[in-house]
Amino acid sequence: MNTTTKCAATALAAALGVTVLAGCGSDEGPSGSGASKGSGSKTVTLVSHDSFNVSDDVLKAFTKETGYTVKTLKSGDAGAALNQEILTKGSPRGDVFFGVDNTLLSRALDNGLFTAYEAKGLDRVAPDTQTDEKHRVTPVDTGDICVNYDKKYFADKKLAPPQTFADLLKPAYENLLVTENAASSSPGLGFLLGTIAAEGEDGYEAYWKKLKANGVKVVDGWEQAYNEEFSGSAGGKKAKADRPLVVSYASSPPVEVLYADPQPKEAPTGVATGTCFRQTEYAGLLTGAKNEAGGKALLDFMISKTFQEDMPLNMFVNPVVKDAELPELFTQHGERVDTPPTVTPEKIAANREQWIQSWQSLVLK
Amino acid sequence: MAVAGPEVGVEKEAARPAGGGSGRRGAAVRLGLMAVPVAFFALFFAYPVTAIVGRGLKAEGDWQFGRIGEVLSRPDILDVLWFTTWQAFASTALTLLIALPGAYVFARFDFPGKQLLRAVVTVPFVLPTVVVGTAFLALLGRGGLLDELWGVRLDTTVWAILLAHVFFNYAVVVRTVGGLWSQLDPRQEEAARVLGAGRFAAFRRVTLPALAPAVAAAALMVFLFTFTSFGVVQILGGPAYSTLEVEIYRQTAQLLDLPTAAVLTLVQFAAVGGILAVHAATVRRRERALKLVDPAQTSRRPRGPGQWALLGGVLLTALLLILLPLGVLVERSLDGADGPGGYGFGYYEALQSVGAGGSSTFLVPPLEAVGNSLRYALVATLIALVIGGLAAAALTRRAGRLVRGFDALLMLPLGVSAVTVGFGFLITLDKPPLDLRTSWILVPLAQALVGVPFVVRTMLPVLRAVDDRLREAAAVLGASPLRAWREVDLPLVRRAVLVAAGFAFAVSLGEFGATVFIARPDNPTLPVAVARLLGRSGELNYGQAMALSTILMLVCAVSLLLLERIRTDRSGEF
Repeated sequence: MNTTTKCAATALAAALGVTVLAGCGSDEGPSGSGASKGSGSKTVTLVSHDSFNVSDDVLKAFTKETGYTVKTLKSGDAGAALNQEILTKGSPRGDVFFGVDNTLLSRALDNGLFTAYEAKGLDRVAPDTQTDEKHRVTPVDTGDICVNYDKKYFADKKLAPPQTFADLLKPAYENLLVTENAASSSPGLGFLLGTIAAEGEDGYEAYWKKLKANGVKVVDGWEQAYNEEFSGSAGGKKAKADRPLVVSYASSPPVEVLYADPQPKEAPTGVATGTCFRQTEYAGLLTGAKNEAGGKALLDFMISKTFQEDMPLNMFVNPVVKDAELPELFTQHGERVDTPPTVTPEKIAANREQWIQSWQSLVLK
Repeated sequence: MAVAGPEVGVEKEAARPAGGGSGRRGAAVRLGLMAVPVAFFALFFAYPVTAIVGRGLKAEGDWQFGRIGEVLSRPDILDVLWFTTWQAFASTALTLLIALPGAYVFARFDFPGKQLLRAVVTVPFVLPTVVVGTAFLALLGRGGLLDELWGVRLDTTVWAILLAHVFFNYAVVVRTVGGLWSQLDPRQEEAARVLGAGRFAAFRRVTLPALAPAVAAAALMVFLFTFTSFGVVQILGGPAYSTLEVEIYRQTAQLLDLPTAAVLTLVQFAAVGGILAVHAATVRRRERALKLVDPAQTSRRPRGPGQWALLGGVLLTALLLILLPLGVLVERSLDGADGPGGYGFGYYEALQSVGAGGSSTFLVPPLEAVGNSLRYALVATLIALVIGGLAAAALTRRAGRLVRGFDALLMLPLGVSAVTVGFGFLITLDKPPLDLRTSWILVPLAQALVGVPFVVRTMLPVLRAVDDRLREAAAVLGASPLRAWREVDLPLVRRAVLVAAGFAFAVSLGEFGATVFIARPDNPTLPVAVARLLGRSGELNYGQAMALSTILMLVCAVSLLLLERIRTDRSGEF
């Protein structure tokens, strides 16, 4: 064998190796890869963020009802998932995108991500969530970002837990609150927007100066804040965490009950209902979807009673349709939050970057 | 059979440029060997990254290079650059300082549990940073060991970042440097001492020059990892510290500010390119053929109080820095599982079911993630071995600038943010026949991109250290180049191949950045499953996250241990 032959043989072997790899890979890899084909396809692809979750039975019901099978792709947190859709605009990976919220909605709409579609049953959906008159997006759920408190801490200290944004500035709550970086975390941003809604665009900077003086701690993400710093959570107890106030969700207390074994009679944490900011999550039909008919059917289904009643225990959010009932866990352990003051998506779009920058230089530096 | 070797019997420096053939034939061999890796990198790395950078720097078809100046004059960006650079230097220095004695001990001493320990110190390398952050806080933070003993808390200081970088990269130095050290013949140093050199002089003039390429390679890797550090800085540094990599992620994934992200990516490219150039120069100066021996002959039990103290010191460091944080994870995976205050396996049992939320489509039993991870990692390792092995074989044949450029190209994926590659995939691999955006193969491909540099870095020093006269001798005796490679190179580098495979496997197992963007929800990998569990409140979720992290640790440790076994069994053959 001479050198040329050797070289050819090596190349061949390498090529074979790669082919064999690809071949054996597809056997052991997940089945059913490849995008849905053609408009007559029976597969509808839903793109979402990591927190998306749905019961098996509910998806089966959809298939039985419409004949479409749902394939789901999840790609990072809410912001990253949306940005990936914007990047692939015109050649989307799926048919429907779920998970753009009111803090990011304008970015999706300005980029022309969605094709208008008025979902069937929209008349049952709470009117204040229907922000887009052109129906480019359909509201699916709402969730409240609120300060949670560790019940045991405040009982031991015989101290009343704070209830409002103004309460958080009181000396009694000095060095007790931990929140998330508004630049990188969705609840962190929600809390900042909550303070802007409550204190006004002119007042929020003064509020944060005082909050900083009162010892607010900022960590990068919800996981660290809730699991490492907050004394009321299961993780925090193990980590000997020492902050009894955390920015989390109104649904966190019921979840603490759900994922405890045995389940306690009462949630270990409570919600300061005057510190909330409401997030509404939307879904929309992606422009350039390969299966528009399937996508439309899926949007209809997402505001159906079946899907809406399944959401609370899977994604820990509230339904948007009037006829959906909350599970007992939520009614028993969750706090009712009346519609809190909010900031319109247009205002958020116009000011988000500037608010975050001024917040960063105010609080982080 | 035609003999394709060079002219025989010419006594020259071992470092002379040589290869399987002279002139045009040598070039043909190199080209052939390089074709596959080059195609792989062009398609799955250069193309996507160029596309995403181009998207950021082009407006209406024109390049906007003015943006580079704009971004680089922002004070916040300059802060990021300065912090990124100095912490990388500090972390690398600290890692070498702490890990080089470890490399020596693992290379030269025999002690019980050595294989196990070598596998365990590599475990941090594969753990998701979310989990490592948790473990490290337990060591340095509130109520942590330092706090209990001396009331010192480092969790919000830069020391936490530096020490976590040592924790992550300890194994890189121990394995890369230790691997070569254990194959250096100690008799060379002994000979120098017999000839009158002092202990230090003998080390400096005999061992150190031989070791230098490996030390440089290890330092380079550590520098790259810390320069591009992401999770550690995010979790332990908090929002106050930011590296280039963190900033690129934020600008791309969160803000979709592609121009700024593109400029930062180019800066990181330039920095990584600079480091690689320095490294290449260092290695070229120092490179020479080494006489490698079976590591079993070079290690022995420590003798004398000095050596025992050294061994003790290294073991203590490993215990405090690596075993303790890992132990915390294990403790938390057991703590409270059987009621408050009690220890038990409740969280592990819960891993087999989908949990209290009822049957959810995407909450597959977390235990399934183990199988997914192993499959992905196996495919990724095979890809990395084929691509990296061919590349290393091509690079062994020292030659002109082309090859050196190729060498640097292979390292670049380590210096590029996963989010840049991931988002690049999205906008490039979107047309048939390469619409891979929703395919599972992207996961091992992305993992292999990171694995290849390891394979090359681990195999290259050993391949280059093979005395060329051995190959020539084989050729004289009538062996074809392929046979010479099989009979001469392969046995000598088999150990390096296994080390490389171990690294590639471990890296794939723990890879998170790219996986999180690509992983299909019904097939989560272990790190992705851990992150999902940590993303929900509730005791069971937290406990299961810890249990799953412990399993990830075990899977990794067992895989590495098996590799060590294979290595020992085979090393007896030559």
